[in-house]
Amino acid sequence: MKQYVIIGNGIAAAGCIEGIRSTDKDSKIIVVSEEKYPVYCRPLISYYLEGKTDLVKMNYRSSDYYEKMDCEVIYGHKAVKINKDSKEIILDDEKVIAYDAVCVASGSSPFVPPFAGLDTVEKKFSFMTIDDTLALEAAIDKNSKVLIIGAGLIGLKCAEGLKERVAEITVCDLANRVLSSILDDECAAMMQKNLEENGISFMLGDSAERFEKNTALMNSGKTVEFDVLVLAVGVRANTSLVKDAGGDVNRGIIINDKMETTIPNVYSAGDCTEGNDISLGANRVLAILPNAYMQGKCAGINMAGGDSIFDNAIPMNSIGFFGLHAMTAGSYFKENEGGEMYEEKGAGTLKRLFTRDGLLTGYILIGNTARAGIYTSLIRERTPLSSINFDLLKKDTTFAAFSRESRINKFGGAV
Amino acid sequence: MSVEFLYPEFEVIRNDNRCIACRVCERQCANVVHSYDSDNGIMLSDETKCVNCQRCVSLCPTRALKIVKSDCTLRENANWKDATIKEIYKQANSGGVLLSSMGNPNPLPVYWDKILINASQVTNPPIDPLREPMETKVFLGKKPEMISRDENGKIKCDISPQLELSMPIMFSAMSYGSISYNAHESLARAATELGILYNTGEGGLHEDFYCYGENTIVQVASGRFGVYKDYLEAGAAVEIKMGQGAKPGIGGHLPGTKIVGDVSRTRMIPEGSDAISPAPHHDIYSIEDLRQLVLSLKEATEYKKPVIVKVAAVHNIAAIASGIARSGADIIAIDGFRGGTGAAPTRIRDNVGIPIELALASVDQRLRDEGIRNNVSLVVGGSIRSASDVVKAIALGADACYVATAAVLALGCHLCRTCQSGKCNWGIATQRPELVKRLNPDIGSKRLVNLMTAWRHEIKELMGGMGINSIESLRGNRLMLRGIGLNEKELQILGISHAGE
Amino acid sequence: MKRVYANEKWCLGCRLCEYNCAFANSGEVNMVKALKGKPIFPRIHVDGDESINFAVSCRHCKDPLCVKSCISGALSIKDGVICIDHNKCVGCLTCILVCPYGAVSEGKNGVVQKCELCLENSCGEPACVKGCPNNAIVYEER
Repeated sequence: MKQYVIIGNGIAAAGCIEGIRSTDKDSKIIVVSEEKYPVYCRPLISYYLEGKTDLVKMNYRSSDYYEKMDCEVIYGHKAVKINKDSKEIILDDEKVIAYDAVCVASGSSPFVPPFAGLDTVEKKFSFMTIDDTLALEAAIDKNSKVLIIGAGLIGLKCAEGLKERVAEITVCDLANRVLSSILDDECAAMMQKNLEENGISFMLGDSAERFEKNTALMNSGKTVEFDVLVLAVGVRANTSLVKDAGGDVNRGIIINDKMETTIPNVYSAGDCTEGNDISLGANRVLAILPNAYMQGKCAGINMAGGDSIFDNAIPMNSIGFFGLHAMTAGSYFKENEGGEMYEEKGAGTLKRLFTRDGLLTGYILIGNTARAGIYTSLIRERTPLSSINFDLLKKDTTFAAFSRESRINKFGGAV
Repeated sequence: MSVEFLYPEFEVIRNDNRCIACRVCERQCANVVHSYDSDNGIMLSDETKCVNCQRCVSLCPTRALKIVKSDCTLRENANWKDATIKEIYKQANSGGVLLSSMGNPNPLPVYWDKILINASQVTNPPIDPLREPMETKVFLGKKPEMISRDENGKIKCDISPQLELSMPIMFSAMSYGSISYNAHESLARAATELGILYNTGEGGLHEDFYCYGENTIVQVASGRFGVYKDYLEAGAAVEIKMGQGAKPGIGGHLPGTKIVGDVSRTRMIPEGSDAISPAPHHDIYSIEDLRQLVLSLKEATEYKKPVIVKVAAVHNIAAIASGIARSGADIIAIDGFRGGTGAAPTRIRDNVGIPIELALASVDQRLRDEGIRNNVSLVVGGSIRSASDVVKAIALGADACYVATAAVLALGCHLCRTCQSGKCNWGIATQRPELVKRLNPDIGSKRLVNLMTAWRHEIKELMGGMGINSIESLRGNRLMLRGIGLNEKELQILGISHAGE
Repeated sequence: MKRVYANEKWCLGCRLCEYNCAFANSGEVNMVKALKGKPIFPRIHVDGDESINFAVSCRHCKDPLCVKSCISGALSIKDGVICIDHNKCVGCLTCILVCPYGAVSEGKNGVVQKCELCLENSCGEPACVKGCPNNAIVYEER
């Protein structure tokens, strides 16, 4: 009998639990959950505001999940230290938990820049957790004017979620386009236009310099009056546990393709990590849900003595606002980086496929996203484009572009 | 329109309340009858192209389609019928010979329908085929006249080669080229499963089907397509085709456009060249010449395989059969004038030849009269439509029947009679790959096996009713038949009494 | 486990499977009522070009990317069948983003749909298989 400890109770933790249990049915699993909720779907908080889901449906797994998985969950406490020599975790109440293997799935935290006068703002919120969401919900009403700092995924989903429930929403961002981490200028403009048509106002290339109660004084000299402030500037990986224990940490906790940190028996998974992005060929924090689960599962299997490798992580996002969906994946290399782009534009649709060295490295799809996974798999599996009819495939996501043999392999048996 | 315009023969009736515009009809029609009007979201039909093959009707998921005969008629005239007049128009337009497919559709007498079968009552009890064993197995080939013994008193068994059939039916000749690869595969697999034989026709044998050789008759026709040593050795029997019921006295012509790929390789002629089967075999002008070919083929196959000679039922059929029975052939196949074809001149199909019933009766009688009936087995074809037709044929004197039209119907054919267009929507009479694939031999062979199994049950039922438990005991047993509505001459030729006699 | 397999050798590209699928999952007893004049939402998709056709539907992968990537926990594996809880799905389309077979699609009401082998409707066996005129789609163990 071993004892496994999982620090964090998000999607990576769920993956880790399921990974462990696929390999070891008996040993003890202890989950340290800072939040007081069972694992829930964090990206659903905006859908909650929008009324598309509720707190019960937001549970990631069934109500008897931990029981079925035979896990002990310690709610409301935080791990503060890993003692790698004695193989112990110390919690914030000084409780000590021994481990044979531990998975750090501590996620990320909102990054709040030191705005002058922020302390004078009464109603200010981050948008990461259920608690943030419930507090935000309690603070708004039909007449609220909301200012959201940050036009990234979190800020914009928050804007969409609030749209029908408040009077006015303004989103500002230092970057000159929305979703700057995943879209290029033109694609961002398309999404922005749709958001604007649905009543969201933007102040791009501009951000708050300081706050005076319900007024934001912007870099541009403009002022914005607001009732509620949402801070969605960005997130930072929670790396301190591993860093303090002497493990290698960059922007995220460094892991290999078995999800091992540089400390023996300490694994890590999810938004707190930094792993290899195969589309980029370099390390990157890939704070997206699918990777969290897959990394968690991989870590769990390896912690329990199994053998699992997760070595084809890429950034990928499916995001939609007011019915317009965008999907992005991989890396977009520019011409001076050796990349090539294929583009197709239609009414309300845009497709950009990025290739380099005979591989598809990334794509952006807006409007028509049907069967996008076929492109995603080309990136993840590093399929040589010379082995398929890419000229056909780039126009249409059809398996006719693959050879008969590869179709037989793909569809002919159990996969 | 124009002086050349002929009002379409059929109308496509679409029930717009039912049509969901799924466009299955459009995708399935090789004649391009159906099309989708995307502006209005409705289906359109161009019935000038419709051949009434019913493919769209069969596949329409909401039963929104039916094809009906057009009621746009020319002024009634008992002499100049609608079809007759339109044929005149067609020839006036084209200057060509009219072409048709499948069997003679005209209302000429079908003697099978004027013959009734006997049943036992009281004195000779019927047999229940569900309780008693019934034998439908037949052997085709020359039979010895008498039992002979060697010096030790043992029976001599050195009889001529025989074909063993589990039931008295074979699939008759349809060439690869006239029908598709998948149709051939369906026939070959079904014949093998059923323990009967199918016939390659004159187009050679595709290399993929040599494995079904034990259940294959290989044909040697006037064009000699695909005939070589391995081919002759592959089959269980060799058939010399002298004629065909649908077009007696006529050769064949498969246009070069159909001689592509495997068809060209199997026929052993260059791609794109017309496959012309001459009307006669150019080396056969007498029974003696025929005998030479029969013996040559026997020599080539080491006297191990029966040789069949197939002729069309024509006026002198009894004398012709008598000659063939003396030529060394083991089996005579006679094809009646209602037999099908992939393409024939309409005038020939509809006016040449005689009914198989009369031909069979007169041939059987002639061979008996001349004491040479055991020299040969008789196989008859040319529109054997059901188990009762089979039973009647056997009772008239046949050893077995050839069926082809019924077989292609089982494969999906809807008898639209436009095989000559090469656009068979059922994947049978076509070489277009996208159409050929519509006939999955898994389904086709299963349906053929079903059909023959059903017929076999029915044959047993009919035999049981007559108190006969072996098909061999029915052969030539004309007492089991009575005519209905036939005149003295017809009854005399058929060798049967009138009902009530 | 029995799965739906397509045999491209026999697929005619007639798309009856798409209509039979949409009908089977419509909850209606009459196809005309279910599909007439409406956009259809089949869970099987006939793919191909001029020369070859084949139907593509969920492979029910043993290690499914869609389930691992689902942000709402709506996708799960039950006895080997990948099922979707339409109640939980919020329509984020992440499953469409990751499915290498393109077998998940947007359905009605902003949620996604996928083949559940007709186990969730009254069809009994996969409607695509039952209605295929040429045995090009089969439901079998491999």
